[in-house]
Amino acid sequence: MNRKIGMWVIAIVLTAVVSVSGTAYYFGVGPFAKGRTKLVVSTTTSLYDTGLLDAIEDQFEAKYPIDIYLISAGTGIAITYAQRGDSDMILVHEPSRERAFLEEGYGVCRKIIAYNFFTIVGPRSDPAGINGSSTTEALDKIVAAGRSGATKWISRGDDSGTHTKEKSLWNAAGINWAEIRDEDWYLETGAGMGQTLLVADHFSAYTLADMGTYLKYEKDGKIDLEVLVGQGQDLLNVYSAIACNKTRFPKAIFEGAITFIKFLISDEGQRIISEYGQAYYNQGLFYPAVKLLKDNSDPALVEWIQDYAFFDGYECPPQYRDDHPELYG
Amino acid sequence: MTLEINSEIIQITLRSLYISGVATLLSVSWSLPIGVIIGLKNFPGKHLIKGFFNALLGIPTVALGLFIYLLISSSGPFGFLNLWLTPSAMIIGQAILITPIMVSFTTSAVESIDPKIKDLARTLGASETQVSLAVLRESVNGVFLAVTASFNRAIAELGVAYMMGMNLRGRTRVLTTYIGLEYERANWGSVIAAAIILLSIVFAVSLSMNLIQRRRA
Repeated sequence: MNRKIGMWVIAIVLTAVVSVSGTAYYFGVGPFAKGRTKLVVSTTTSLYDTGLLDAIEDQFEAKYPIDIYLISAGTGIAITYAQRGDSDMILVHEPSRERAFLEEGYGVCRKIIAYNFFTIVGPRSDPAGINGSSTTEALDKIVAAGRSGATKWISRGDDSGTHTKEKSLWNAAGINWAEIRDEDWYLETGAGMGQTLLVADHFSAYTLADMGTYLKYEKDGKIDLEVLVGQGQDLLNVYSAIACNKTRFPKAIFEGAITFIKFLISDEGQRIISEYGQAYYNQGLFYPAVKLLKDNSDPALVEWIQDYAFFDGYECPPQYRDDHPELYG
Repeated sequence: MTLEINSEIIQITLRSLYISGVATLLSVSWSLPIGVIIGLKNFPGKHLIKGFFNALLGIPTVALGLFIYLLISSSGPFGFLNLWLTPSAMIIGQAILITPIMVSFTTSAVESIDPKIKDLARTLGASETQVSLAVLRESVNGVFLAVTASFNRAIAELGVAYMMGMNLRGRTRVLTTYIGLEYERANWGSVIAAAIILLSIVFAVSLSMNLIQRRRA
């Protein structure tokens, strides 16, 4: 009897090993990767939901022996994956967290790759009357209108870069976010930008959106919301790439991450960013940042970016540049 | 609105079928013997084990997904296998997920067989393995049901597929995670197409199993 059980165990183990390794072999993953490196990139939803990263991935993979694995999550979660050693680099838009990521030794070689603007969107009827207001005035009016039952505010509520931005805007307007979040006109979706826009549309409510995602959903006819406040300095949105520190994560695909960052800031990568969506939306969803910062072609805008997303006057302070000064030439 | 059936959705459908199909086979390889042994033999703790598998029948897929993620992610004990974000991880996760269904259904099927068949087989001089096989032959309808239910649970679940594969385009994207993403992107044409495909698979599998059973009966 014992021998039979032994046979069963061997048979089961064999089946398990054969089917799992067969699958791994078939898909060319795990130990069977076919000479291509697997680079895991955790990224913010706005870059992903717009389809920009799919476009970049295709062009990059055609050129380099590196397969990009894109995990799309809010900036907070994207950073958490990197801190756990589950991703090799991050693409995010939250300068304060990026700074901590560098200072705590998780990341190196930060490069600003693109920018656009956050925007406060709402129903065409604009029940709170914020059209043309400054950001601070607009938020004041929304609170008043919300409390009177005339409208709602929809928040991402997911610890993403956009969510952090929203909280800092309430703060700058002198409104206590912790207080209003419990009021019944303030809803949190806990979801990505796209879904939050759909919820805002459903309730004819206001929300803070990044311009890229808003434009995509608006032009595709999925939402009927209008840009009411936009383009101000306090609504600037800056996207950066940061590689995971190879000293801290010896198993991270560091050179692969650097290769991808170099591609993103190359003329080709920047062209993909600037042209993405041009044909369909008649305007880009994201603006390339590399040439702008290098040539200082629009000093006012460059100053905004420096104020918002530079650390001690650098996009990446020299002590966090690892062995890649060429990124900052 | 038009339903969008393109090469991407077909590729995703095939990947779904492959992953959940292999997961079912894998699970059968260990669940069937376990189920038959629990159903046939009497041993101390038998009710405890049966209760254990029954309790796991409705295990939340997200909880199981999270648990396996912690085991196989880079900082987990099995991180060196580099399984996270691969179809293999999804297969293993789904195979574990459906094991309680396979075991419980097989056990009940075997237990529902008239014990006289066992005695008869023994009096006819059958060995223990032959007795087991005889009972298995009698309970084959129940086993079919177990396999069908398991496959359908695997192909229709979201939590494990998402947490193991993270919905990577062209790599680990399956029907359920695709539906989740396209819903977020509000692409109703493809979301509805994918949902119809998923429903069709589940119904078709159940139906064909039904037909097989009826022909046997």
